[in-house]
Formats: sequence, structure tokens, C-alpha cells
Amino acid sequence: MTTQQQTAFVCMEGVGHKYDLSPDAPMAVQDINLNIHRHEFVAVVGPSGCGKSTLLRMVAGLLIPSHGSVSIFNNPVVEPRDDVGIVFQKANLLPWLNVKKNVLFPLKHKYGRYSKDDEKRADELLKMAGLSQFSEKMPDELSGGMQQRVGIVRALLLNPDILLMDEPFSALDALTREQIGFDLLKIWHEKPKTVLFITHSINEAVLLADRILVMSKRPGSVLDLIKVDLPRPRTSKTINDPKFVALTDTIRGHIYEPSVPA
Amino acid sequence: MSQASLPKSALGRLLYRFAPALFFIVLIALWELVCQVGNVPNYILPAPSAIVSAFFDVEISRWLTHLWATLRVALMGFALSILIAIPLSIGMIRSELLNRTLYPALIVIQSTPVVAVAPLIIVLLGTDDPSRVLITCLITFFPLVVSTTTGMLETPPEMIELSQSLRAPRYRETWQIRIPYAIPHIFSGLRVSITLAIIGAVVAEFVAAEKGLGYFIQFSTSFFKIPQAFAGLIFLAAISLLLFKSVQWIQMYFFPWSLPKKK
Repeated sequence: MTTQQQTAFVCMEGVGHKYDLSPDAPMAVQDINLNIHRHEFVAVVGPSGCGKSTLLRMVAGLLIPSHGSVSIFNNPVVEPRDDVGIVFQKANLLPWLNVKKNVLFPLKHKYGRYSKDDEKRADELLKMAGLSQFSEKMPDELSGGMQQRVGIVRALLLNPDILLMDEPFSALDALTREQIGFDLLKIWHEKPKTVLFITHSINEAVLLADRILVMSKRPGSVLDLIKVDLPRPRTSKTINDPKFVALTDTIRGHIYEPSVPA
Repeated sequence: MSQASLPKSALGRLLYRFAPALFFIVLIALWELVCQVGNVPNYILPAPSAIVSAFFDVEISRWLTHLWATLRVALMGFALSILIAIPLSIGMIRSELLNRTLYPALIVIQSTPVVAVAPLIIVLLGTDDPSRVLITCLITFFPLVVSTTTGMLETPPEMIELSQSLRAPRYRETWQIRIPYAIPHIFSGLRVSITLAIIGAVVAEFVAAEKGLGYFIQFSTSFFKIPQAFAGLIFLAAISLLLFKSVQWIQMYFFPWSLPKKK
């Protein structure tokens, strides 16, 4: 075992998937090799339909790859795990539950109940996300940005080691999106997690991540794996850093003039 | 329901607000006018005024007896229908085999005109409550099955993934996600069903009954007491409307989140 694999927390080896198993069916994703280290923030960018979400579902254990394997902490992923939290695209809150009950839903759903301590933890998480005064509100009374904050808080409830985020901010307007991105980084600093963040925004990926996996058009494969050596904490000033500009240019180059997949 | 914008002037707004009531008033006035001017005999088309006086000619206790008879059957049939339709829908969602087995039978039942089957049911079950309730149930339960299954099937895949990612037991996926998600659909089914329940009860009374508003209308007509029959009809329509509204109130009170959003 190489040293890299030993420190790897999430390990993807030759991961590929086809939804239709007939021999000439197209691959949705092919030959992804990626090791994510503990507490690393990895973003995946690529054009729509490139299989980014498929990749996330395979790490989540919601989809078993038809080729290769995903392992977390040296255990192959064969079903969803307790130490993985998912933040969905458009928040995915349950409209019949108020904010607090939405946050507590994973416990209620998994075990059928939650304790006073769990409620206290939900209150603390909501406070951290600046949502204390909204805990009794219904989701439709909240703005899109606040809804997605609730979605993040819900994913944090079971205190997962790994946070999988599937284009979580794509439905938000540009300003809200930037703000919630910085808030996510703050949470990540306070409660370090291993993050896999799917996005189609190049700027967002560079602003948030330690490393960026650039994917090709369908069938999605790795075009490049880029290390983002921008200083942290990242702020709105990071965007003006010449390195930031250079990195976004590189990625844009990959996506608009696709080279032959590696 | 319409996409047109609301009128801006004060008069326009006033007209908009009272247009439905105004429409009815104008209609009734026209009706009265036609009957009075044309000297239409009461046994052909009674004037609204004749209907109103016929309404008050019948003692209130008699009205209540007939009303209760109809309402009782309608509500029992409706309740039975809910008790059958919702578990059946859940079963059909969870088991493809059950779905495949029962769906054709459901279509056959729905395609058979209940009015035509009603006399046969009376023969089979007798002239009492069981046959009336069954007739009502047969006419009301299909919309409920359709709306419940539709709602449960339309649950967004991400919500199901949320459940799967937690490895929750399947019955909680049903109870905590699919059924709540289907609530708005279930209520649109209930609104259709409750008005059908009144129709079912009346059909049953037409076939065999000695009381009830349907029976009252049929009885009045056969004695050429047409204004009285009209009074019964209008009473019946009013009850139907009230029940429809009650379903809406229940939804508003218990499931406010399930109502369409007002902008």
C-alpha cells in the first residue's frame, strides 16, 4: 500500500458507471481515480450532465459503481454510511416540517425518535448557521439561501466525518451564493470535515476547495486534478488574487477546449 | 385559476369581488321574470319564489329527517372509502405485484356505471344501510386511490435518497416522506370524493329508500309537487357545497403547509 493510499480517507479506484448494463451502452462516468485526504475540501467541476452527481451518489453509497470501487477508510462502500452527510441541490427540505424538525429529521427517520440532548444540538447548529430565530418557521417562509443553510445544518446533525454536497448553491443568486460559500468555509474551519463539493461554477470551486477535479463531458472522466494553493481563510478579496485568476483560467481552458481525457 | 391580472380601479375590484354572487342574483331574477311574464305553470318550471315558499311549507323536522338520512349514508360511505383507498394505495405503491394484480380490477369497477349496479347491490345486500354505504363507497373510492398513489409516486427522488442515505426502515419512508408528500393530492381526491358521496347516497335512495333527500325529490316529483322537488334539490346542492368546503377547512386547519402558495 502506498503512503498516499494510507492517508487517503476517501479512495476512488478506477470508478466508472453505466446505468444500462448492456455491453454497448455508454458510460456515465469512467475511470475516476481520486484520493481525498482527511479534512480536505475537494471540489468537482465539469459541464452539466458529465456525471458529477453520479460520482457523488457512488461515494454516498446510494449507487454502486459498475466499474472500480469506492472505499472510505479502507472499507468498500456498499451501502450508505452513518459517517457521511449529504447536502442536496435545492435544499430538499420537507415542506410539512418546521426548520427545527427538518434538522432533527435524520434522527426521527433513522431511529424513530430524538432526545432532549439532540434538540439542544440542533439548536446549537442552527445558532451557528445564524438561524436561531427561524427554528419554528416553515421552509417556505425562508429565502432560498436560508433553506440551504438548513439543509447544511441537517447534514451536520449526525456529525458526519464526510460531507457530500451536490451543487448545493446552484439555485441561489450570485450574492447569496458567495456569502453562503464563505459561511460554509467558516463551519468547515470550526468543525473540520472531509468535503466533496460538486459544482458547475469554476469560481466557486476555486474559492472554496483545496483541490479541484475537472471532469470532461459525458462520459465524465478526469481532465485534470488541480491543487488550489490560495491562502486561507479565503475572503471576498481572494477573487482578486492573481493566482485565483490564473487557476480559473486554467480550468476554463480545460472545459471550453477539452483536451483528450487523461 | 386564470392568469389574467386583477382589475385596478375601485369599481373593477368591487365587481370582481361580487361577480359570482351577482351572477346568481341575475340568474334567479331572470328565472323569476320568465316564470311570471310567461305564466309558466309551477309543475313545468316553478318560479324561485314558489320554490322558497315550498321549502317553508315542509316542516323543519321533516327536512332534518331527510337530510340526516342522506348525510349519514354519504359520510359512512365516504369514511369507508377512505379506510379502503388509503391502505390500498400504500399497498399498491409498496408492492408491484399487488399493483399489477389489483389495477385492472380497479379500472373495471370504475368503468362500471354505479347507477346500473345499484339495483343489483340492493338485491344482494338488501334495502338497508349496507347496500347504500357500499354504493356510496364504490362511487367515491377510485378518485382517492388515484390521487393517493399519484402523490406518493411523485415524491421527489431526492427525498427518497435522503431516506436511503439514512438507511431508514421502509415503513418510515412511507409514513414520514411519501404520505405527507401526498397530502395535497389526497385532499384534491377527498374534495372530488365528498361530492361524489352525496351522489352515491342519492343514487342509493333512488333505488330503494323511504327517507333521504334523494327519496324526497323522487317522491315529490311523482306527485307533481315540482316546487318541493326543486327545494329538495337546492337543499341537496347546498349540503354538497358545505361538505366540499368542510374538506377545504380541514385541510386549511390541519395541513396549512399543503395549500398552494399565495404570491
